[in-house]
Amino acid sequence: MNALINRLRHQPWIWSFLAAALVWIVTVTWLRGQGAGEILTAALSFATFSIIVGLGQMMVITTGPGNVDLSIPATITLAGVVAMKVMDTDNARLLIGILAALGVSLLAGIFNYALIRLLRMPPIIATLSSSFLILSTAISYGRGIRIKPPPMLDDFATFRLTGIPVATLFVLAVSFVMALVLRRTVYGRSVLAIGQNPRAAWLAGLKVDGVRFATYVLSGFLSGVCGIVLSGFSGGAALDMGEEFLLSSIAVVVIGGTSVAGGKANVPGIWGAALFLFLLVTMLNTFHASAGIRLIMTGLIIIAVIVIAGGDEQR
Amino acid sequence: MTPETIRLDGVEKTFGAVRALAGMDLTVAAGECLGLVGHNGAGKSTLMHILAGTLAPTRGELTAAGTRVGGQWSTAAAQGQGIRCVFQELSLCPNLTVAENTRIVHGSLRGPGWKPRARALIRAKLDEIFPGHGIGADDEIASLAIGKRQMAEIARAFTVTDNPLRLVILDEPTSSLDAVTTHQLLDYVRRETARGTAIILISHLLGEILGTSDRIVVMKDGRKAAERAAKDFDRTSLVAAMGSEARPGDTTRAATRQASNADLMVRAVPAAGGGTAFEARKGEIVGLAGLAGHGQTRMLLQIFSKDRAEVAAPVAFIAGDRQSDGIFNLWSIARNITVRSFSALRRGGLIDLGREARLAEEWKSRIGIRTPDVDNNILTLSGGNQQKTLFARALASDAAIILMDDPMRGVDVGTKQEVYGMIRQQAEQGRTFIWYTTEIEELSHCDRAYVFRNGAISASLAVADLTEEKVLEASFAEAAR
Repeated sequence: MNALINRLRHQPWIWSFLAAALVWIVTVTWLRGQGAGEILTAALSFATFSIIVGLGQMMVITTGPGNVDLSIPATITLAGVVAMKVMDTDNARLLIGILAALGVSLLAGIFNYALIRLLRMPPIIATLSSSFLILSTAISYGRGIRIKPPPMLDDFATFRLTGIPVATLFVLAVSFVMALVLRRTVYGRSVLAIGQNPRAAWLAGLKVDGVRFATYVLSGFLSGVCGIVLSGFSGGAALDMGEEFLLSSIAVVVIGGTSVAGGKANVPGIWGAALFLFLLVTMLNTFHASAGIRLIMTGLIIIAVIVIAGGDEQR
Repeated sequence: MTPETIRLDGVEKTFGAVRALAGMDLTVAAGECLGLVGHNGAGKSTLMHILAGTLAPTRGELTAAGTRVGGQWSTAAAQGQGIRCVFQELSLCPNLTVAENTRIVHGSLRGPGWKPRARALIRAKLDEIFPGHGIGADDEIASLAIGKRQMAEIARAFTVTDNPLRLVILDEPTSSLDAVTTHQLLDYVRRETARGTAIILISHLLGEILGTSDRIVVMKDGRKAAERAAKDFDRTSLVAAMGSEARPGDTTRAATRQASNADLMVRAVPAAGGGTAFEARKGEIVGLAGLAGHGQTRMLLQIFSKDRAEVAAPVAFIAGDRQSDGIFNLWSIARNITVRSFSALRRGGLIDLGREARLAEEWKSRIGIRTPDVDNNILTLSGGNQQKTLFARALASDAAIILMDDPMRGVDVGTKQEVYGMIRQQAEQGRTFIWYTTEIEELSHCDRAYVFRNGAISASLAVADLTEEKVLEASFAEAAR
């Protein structure tokens, strides 16, 4: 038992789960036990989306210092808009809509890496500038009209199995796949190696360019998946639907114990961090905190979690 | 009796369960050159870190210039006592220039005009130690080849401003230097000791130690195993004192094989042109010689990336600059071994963890990496054992051509002999080795060698011609037409 606790203590992801649990307990205590289950269900639903894009962001950040994908919000929006428009509320067009949306998000990823590699732009600038182009495409294509999702997509995104959203189970499966990719595939191991030392990775025979390309494309692809499911969940695509994921995609990665310096990824941590972020906002809402206080508290608490969780790693 | 510069009494240092120093006594007198030798992991580097103040001893006494220092010992105190250290892992800031790096250790270079003064200081010292060094005071460290970085760091250690200079510790100072700069440095060491500065010279090159030091201390398992005047040691007795088998001089190889009709594995034209192309055949050990930084590493990278090179088989690279080219700091020893073989270890698209563990374990024992557990982090190993890990990585792979970029830096004599033997044996089984080395002695393990000068091949020497004179002659010759 002690050995187990000791092992858990050294997992960087444990802190984000502890923080999430603590915030949940405080909220439920404040509400005298009312709605404890509902809060968890809601947290799982909303966390789903930051987890999907967080997984992509995690892979990008793990490829080393300076790597980050800021085009995630724009890609989510474009994928959502394309999916809704191609599906046109028709169940029969569901598949072709999904393919079209995933297609454009793959293109977004390819475009990002083209800017980084061919024009030698720093990733932060490349993905930021491409996100303007991607968002403009979404605006001109969607013309701001909100189209409802086809019923089947709506059902998938909102259906619950004994309180657990189906979409969450789907993302759980994706997370297991990503953990397997990191542990057991040449691609995943290459991402970890490149993040530690790209030159040594090259000299060890790993395909540095190919892996970085695949990583940005993967991040675009997962943003696309998020865009489709989120459109189904929230009754259609909106032009600001991706906005909140700029910060949250990075926050869940960092709070979850993935190293910002690269070379070290953490899948379970993303789950803890995403739940924590949602529960934190819920808690501050139940305290009836004003918007200003809420933002300040969110910032302070995130700093505190990173200090506690990150402190162990620095040593 | 000459005054003592520093004395250690019963110093111990433990890292967790690992006992790096187990009661070490050492005295260094002013104006003497003390040679320090021992196997990888014998505790030499730990001892130097304690002298330099970067590590605190777990137990024991330290006396500097006659006063016991006790718990107050630190890098600043060591600096104040005039103790300087050139570590094995180079410690210059890569984003600063040579002059700016000089400023870092000299607090008195302040106020307006510090930069010209820093430039003049380091330039004068470089000129004094390494005439014709070719390093500019305003060169950024990152832009210098590893040999030149090492020269800049050595010169910096000998610069003097307001603090006195009493003791300089040189930890493997010649590992990245070629024959000419090594001579320059060792000559300078003799001149500097004549002026009264004490020098501790750590090296795995026994010739250097025997020829330069006044006194030699042999370390083994964190203790002093022998201590004698240098003239009372010879190569054999020194190796014996270190605890490895004495072998007669240079191992002269078995008869040179007729390899000229074996399959051509590599053909490459040096980037700087010149008339001679590089060729290597199956089962050959081909040396790349010449002064450091004259295109040897470039040649290896050209072959590695198949740039103006025809390469007939998979290639693996063994780095010499292990920090920047070799080691993955966050990974275990095992994964640092298997990284080159990830693709080969797949079964149905996924890496087979059982096979991976077996491969790491097999090569750990074949190449003798000293660790209780290959799942420990790579940084728990001493420098020489990290280097062995890089050898294991290449030899465990499917590569038929192995490129070696001066890979014996910081590797002890016993290990070197083992690795030489392994290279020979692997070559006999048909692997091709292309071996850049800054140590002329090592060329005796090659079948033939190319000498590089200004990026081109200036001579191609057969095994019988691989003598120091011939190699140096070709190093300074114009490129062959």
